[in-house]
Amino acid sequence: MRADGTFIAVEVEDAAAGDTELARRLAEACPVDIFLASDSGVALVDGNLDECVLCRLCLDAAGARGAGSPVKIIKLYDDGALLD
Amino acid sequence: MSILIDASTTFIVQGITGREAVNLTRECLDYGTGAKIVGGVTPGRLGRDVHGVPVFDTVAQAVEHHGAPIDGSVVTVPPAFTKDAVFEAIENGIKLVVIVTERIPRRDVAQMVELATLRGARIIGPNCLGIIVPDVIKMGGIGGPAKNAAQAYTPGPIGVISRSGGMTTEMSSTLSAAGLGQSTAVSIGGDAIIGSTYAELMPLFEADEQTRGIVIYTEPGGRMEAELSRWVTENSSRLPIVAFMAGRFMDEMPGMSFGHAGTIVEGKEDTAGEKIERLAQAGIRVAERIEDIPTMISEQIESRAGA
Amino acid sequence: MRFFEFEAREVVRRAGIPVTDYGFTTDPAEAKAIAERIGGPTVIKSQVLTGGRMKAGGVKFADTPGEAEAHAAEILELEINGHMPRGVLVDPRAEVEQEYYAGVVWDGTRKQPVMIFSPVGGIDIEQVAEEQPDKVGRRHFSNILPLSDFQAKEVIASTGVTGSDLNRLVPIVLRLARLFVENDMVLAEINPLGRLADGSFVALDAHMDIENEARGRHKKLLADLGVGEEETRQAREATPFELAGEEVDAQDHRGVAGNVTEFDGDLGLVIGAGGGSLTLFDAVRAHGGRPANYCEIGGNPSVAKACGLAKLVLSKPGVDKIAVMMSIVSNTRVDIVARGVIKACLELGLDPAEKIAIFRIPGAWEEEGFKILERYGVDYADRSVSLNEAARRAVEKIQGAPAR
Repeated sequence: MRADGTFIAVEVEDAAAGDTELARRLAEACPVDIFLASDSGVALVDGNLDECVLCRLCLDAAGARGAGSPVKIIKLYDDGALLD
Repeated sequence: MSILIDASTTFIVQGITGREAVNLTRECLDYGTGAKIVGGVTPGRLGRDVHGVPVFDTVAQAVEHHGAPIDGSVVTVPPAFTKDAVFEAIENGIKLVVIVTERIPRRDVAQMVELATLRGARIIGPNCLGIIVPDVIKMGGIGGPAKNAAQAYTPGPIGVISRSGGMTTEMSSTLSAAGLGQSTAVSIGGDAIIGSTYAELMPLFEADEQTRGIVIYTEPGGRMEAELSRWVTENSSRLPIVAFMAGRFMDEMPGMSFGHAGTIVEGKEDTAGEKIERLAQAGIRVAERIEDIPTMISEQIESRAGA
Repeated sequence: MRFFEFEAREVVRRAGIPVTDYGFTTDPAEAKAIAERIGGPTVIKSQVLTGGRMKAGGVKFADTPGEAEAHAAEILELEINGHMPRGVLVDPRAEVEQEYYAGVVWDGTRKQPVMIFSPVGGIDIEQVAEEQPDKVGRRHFSNILPLSDFQAKEVIASTGVTGSDLNRLVPIVLRLARLFVENDMVLAEINPLGRLADGSFVALDAHMDIENEARGRHKKLLADLGVGEEETRQAREATPFELAGEEVDAQDHRGVAGNVTEFDGDLGLVIGAGGGSLTLFDAVRAHGGRPANYCEIGGNPSVAKACGLAKLVLSKPGVDKIAVMMSIVSNTRVDIVARGVIKACLELGLDPAEKIAIFRIPGAWEEEGFKILERYGVDYADRSVSLNEAARRAVEKIQGAPAR
């Protein structure tokens, strides 16, 4: 039985994290403000992670889905399944 | 057949670029045989498209682009702009207006309804989810995404009329599970003044051959049930009706409003107890539980068929 | 939202309808000063939003300013049906020859406002309608066409009033109808409307109720009357628990998770949507359950809001378990609500499997939602379990639960 109240994890590959253009696209795409764009790249807003609605707009903004995407949406409640 | 809409019904979505309207458009396009949404209107957004539906600045442009009169409109604009949007639809020849918007002041609603009456148009709502003809078409957010709507609604002989959008689906799903499909389900809205009441929709169901019984969801507040009882008695309707009354607890709490704006009890006649009595007098059976509805309506349909 | 009498009278005065030369105050000394200015016998009236103030001793007659002061002091301390007065009205005791009634309300069936007039005033219009139906005139008027004198004339004349009374009453009834429309009232009533010895008419008491949905377009009027934006004036005042519920709902603009009403039971309810909540509340009670609250979820609220609402209910003293139930959802998402209520339990250090008596929300995103619930061992039900059955199971669980 799970005992922690976190449902969603988001990972951005190191290689992509500094990409300011990707950061801008992610911040614009996400309807629940999980991504923050800054001069140094992408930052995650931890407080909004669980608001993820699994809409895949960030994956589309990143241009790839599943394991090949630089952005990974992980369903912690589903044995770490990747949203693809 | 169905009432109000069928597979050939054309409509527009006013306020189509709003978040909820974008979803609603997708849902309607995907459901059944696919709604004929011939345009959307959002002032200043001429030339855009939403899921392939062209967006216009005015209803007149949409009508001109379509090249023929448009049957209906789903209005989902903020409360302060709703009256103008509905006037625009009606003055451009639209005869069926579904108003989704909540929290519109009564005066505005009454003005819209009076103009509609003058022009021979009909309003469903406000504060409603629209109309669905199972497996054929839906006009509004009723039932949600096409996949979900298909799970709850099936074609059949029951007409459903409900003051609550969510309960339209809950009751239809219960009917479907019991093998009783729906001819048309209409979410009429939860406000004190609405475009079409039970009694105003009954003649349409009465004339619809597919419909053999009616199920309604009702609440405390207003005189709509009294109006229905009167209609049924005066017109010796061929259709048996089963009603479900929610909010019985409110009788102990006069002056409080729960659920929908229309539930505020303004007089003795508006209470759940009083309404149940009135409905019963008109021969309308009142179900204690949603799950009792299928058996109750089936029995009544059969007993009338045997008579 | 109901207006106090002193506010309603001001609305009437602004509409050009004669009122007595009254004064409103919260201070007995000032009541005396008002009575001195009036210079004759006065009536001191408690300003409360509840009926039966006369019986409760909230209306007293004074012959002198000193008496007015003493009565004011008493009435200001007098609680009526659980309401403390907002202040007192000091009103000249007018020499009234006859009391009339004039009112405007909505007719939801006709979908038009209706003017109501009666030459029998000073008592409940419902009572007059029952006992002397020919003394009550009613006339609907258009929402679109302009109001016209003849409409008021017709409703007054229909009750048998004629002569100079009729001609003096027409502008009053017409102004009342106009006030009703222009201010988005749901009730505008002058009762009694008094005819004085000189044949003139004056409003002696007024009831006004403005539609909540329209408050936004009457900010100036409300500000002039000193009505605070936070004032809801429900039949009973909001409890701290209910106010906390409003705060939860106001934290962001996604959907609704609020409309909380406090009750004193042990079963916390996290329910929705509008019609579903009414149905479920009835069902819980029908099975002998004692709800701790009423509430509504709808319109797809954020996880944070669903969590906030569940936390509020779980933290209410006396609440042992919560039941999370809705009618089939199409807009609100099952998985989002599931995340919210589970999070609420965990953040309070509680076990969701134990604290959530049942989760019955079928519909949009239910596969994902049920996955989450299974992971945390929460007892859930799909659409094959009726609202009524879900409520029964919740009640059974809480009544079988060991006392804490």
